[in-house]
Amino acid sequence: MTSLELARWQFGITTVYHFIFVPLTIGLAPLVALLQTLWVVTRKPGWLRLTRLFGKLFLINFALGVVTGIVQEFQFGMNWSEYARFVGDVFGAPLAMEALAAFFIESTFLGLWIFGWKQLPRALHLASIWLVAFAVNLSAYFILAANSFMQHPVGARFNPATGRAEMTDILAVLTNNTVLVAFPHTVTSAFLVAGTFVAGVCGWLMVRSSQSGEAAAAQTFRGGLRLGLVTVIVSGIGVAVSGDAQAKLMFEQQPMKMAAAEALCDGRAGAPFSLLAVGDLNNDCRGVRHLLEIPGLTSYLARADFQAPLEGVNDVQKRYEERYGAGPDYAPNLAVTYWSFRLMIGLGVGSAALALFGFWLTRGGVASNSERFARLSLAALPTPFLACSFGWIFTEMGRQPWLVAPNPTGVDALRLLTASGVSTAVSPAMVWTTLIGFTCVYGALAAVWFYLMRHFVRAGLKHPATLASEDSHPETAPLSFGY
Amino acid sequence: MELNTLWFCLIAVLWTGYLVLEGFDFGVGMWLSVLGKTPAERRAVLRTIGPVWDGNEVWLLTAGGATFAAFPEWYATLFSGFYLPLFLILVALIVRGVGLEFRSKLESPRWQRRWEQAIQVGSWVPALLWGVAFANIVRGVPLDANHQFTGTFLGLLSPFALLGGLATTLLFLSHGAVFVALKTQGTLRTRALGWARRMALPTLGVSGAFGLWTQVRYSVAWTWPVLGFVALALGAAALSVWREREGWSFTFSCLAIAGVVVLLFGSLFPDVMPALEPAHSLTVQNASSTPYTLRIMTYVAVALVPFVLAYQGWTYWVFRQRVTVDELNPALGEG
Repeated sequence: MTSLELARWQFGITTVYHFIFVPLTIGLAPLVALLQTLWVVTRKPGWLRLTRLFGKLFLINFALGVVTGIVQEFQFGMNWSEYARFVGDVFGAPLAMEALAAFFIESTFLGLWIFGWKQLPRALHLASIWLVAFAVNLSAYFILAANSFMQHPVGARFNPATGRAEMTDILAVLTNNTVLVAFPHTVTSAFLVAGTFVAGVCGWLMVRSSQSGEAAAAQTFRGGLRLGLVTVIVSGIGVAVSGDAQAKLMFEQQPMKMAAAEALCDGRAGAPFSLLAVGDLNNDCRGVRHLLEIPGLTSYLARADFQAPLEGVNDVQKRYEERYGAGPDYAPNLAVTYWSFRLMIGLGVGSAALALFGFWLTRGGVASNSERFARLSLAALPTPFLACSFGWIFTEMGRQPWLVAPNPTGVDALRLLTASGVSTAVSPAMVWTTLIGFTCVYGALAAVWFYLMRHFVRAGLKHPATLASEDSHPETAPLSFGY
Repeated sequence: MELNTLWFCLIAVLWTGYLVLEGFDFGVGMWLSVLGKTPAERRAVLRTIGPVWDGNEVWLLTAGGATFAAFPEWYATLFSGFYLPLFLILVALIVRGVGLEFRSKLESPRWQRRWEQAIQVGSWVPALLWGVAFANIVRGVPLDANHQFTGTFLGLLSPFALLGGLATTLLFLSHGAVFVALKTQGTLRTRALGWARRMALPTLGVSGAFGLWTQVRYSVAWTWPVLGFVALALGAAALSVWREREGWSFTFSCLAIAGVVVLLFGSLFPDVMPALEPAHSLTVQNASSTPYTLRIMTYVAVALVPFVLAYQGWTYWVFRQRVTVDELNPALGEG
């Protein structure tokens, strides 16, 4: 394999891995803050119990998000130095802002929150976790603004003398219409992940507590479950609405990505939404056969009109060859784009089943002891995580062969092929070394993460007497939270 | 001052913040099993940096991000050129960070031993390699006309670079020992003071030798007083630790590390990454972003850095009390 292919694999592995932990962090921080607020306001020990449970799970998760984030920032220079040279004038700014404005707040105030149960007044301690929640969401904005420049470059010009992009308008970069839809979509997805997580964990604990006759604990977890389910419903609607807005924008900004997502070979009016298709492995759209389709739906998704004409892969290819020169295949990997798009949507709605069933089972103050629901709760946990992963795989793979996709209404020269962005000073053997090294470390840590999460979810069932002594004197037992 | 020069100085400030702050974190990690003889003691040692280490590490992310934004060519050449050392540093920082967070999550002694080892390895490796990396930047590296690094991994391990690595390792060891002495009491404090005393001379000797080599071979006239300042600060740190004034000793230790950064960056200027072939060097001019980007970033830095300093400083104030071993009763909860 070439350095380019290896660097792409490494980027994919690092990013997908990093983004297992990140959405849970983004969504769970505000939920933990909310749980703690409920405790501070109502003084009901159940809310404290949930705060501690999810606080601990949050911390385990946060640690991995942080350490993989460092790799994320460094690999732009390590594997993609020519990209960094081309785009650093624009792309570096939001990255530096993210560190200065968000990372410092989240790390500092998280430290205060973990260790400050005793040292800080209660209101200040509560404010710390809210600041963490604010900062993790703020950091999402900056990094998505940077990513959006790669999807839709604005606020910059091309300097032919240096061959580089140069920023002309920071506000345009930060208010790119691409980030204005990507941010709500990402954040609502993160809340879907966290809502499902809270609901799934509490649902399972509720059933187990009910089965062992611990009515008080079962009621506590029922409260957590319903809070999680409300989050799932609200964020689920948000994901759908923002996703729709994002898709409409993508049809304008990256028509090739969307044509590939539908494996739509030739342009037509009233383009259908394909539910199942098979193709050959040559990435040739003419080899794709659509087996199951909903007529007109893609046109409707793109333009709010069932009859709207849409471009196909071949049309865009022809147009791009005229505009950007013959040579590269301007279509991304069709199979990956097509399937990741469908899996993102399909798995995203997976949480809805949990939500509807959960509301039904726990109506009227009942803490259910349904074994089926316990199993559904666990089964629902991974689905929004996977949906997020496929969403990013779609977004980034669908952008290929570009690193910086050309803006159809912007400066033509402001574009970079992925093949031109990879580090030239780095040999394939070196990329192999880091690829294998990082992947092994990630694999081992994923196993540890899963083990710890499972351990502390089960510890949620700990005997009430042990919990009671901690819960009634949280100020004297602060260290069960720290080291 | 020109914005390019200003940003060169700001990046030096960010590295100063990083090396001063995470310097003692690394020291604490390296001393872990020497200072902490029992699990409870090791827990207390780690507790000295518990609330702050993550915030300290953000200085590195900010230095990286600021270099990317202000000097993209420097970022690109440095990170792709120092590829394998950075990989080792990243792996070390990963296992160290996870170790710090995960060690106390389970009571199993085997689990805790494993993560303690991860913390120790994860502290030694970057403590050594940051010195090696900076020594190489100061010394100059092979770059071609397109600013691409043409050297090898082994080429980065010259005697000068290895001495640089040894110097940062010893500086951080001393810094960390003094920090533990400052943050603990009883046996732990006594033990940390003992090691801080024993480390004083080797640190002064090796750092002095590295500083002198840098000064004579690679630096400019105005950094002579800086070198003198570093030597004095290290001497004062040693003297204070002898008198059991660890607060003063820690202050001088911070100043010494800051002085080393000034010496290193001072010797670079106006290059950011000198090449062995001087015509190919990256300078504050040819590696930088456009004036517009530098201006925006200046506004951002001026607006945010004071807040960062204020709330980070406040955190240290909140957790100013010394950690005691007794207070950490493992029977309290599962964490």
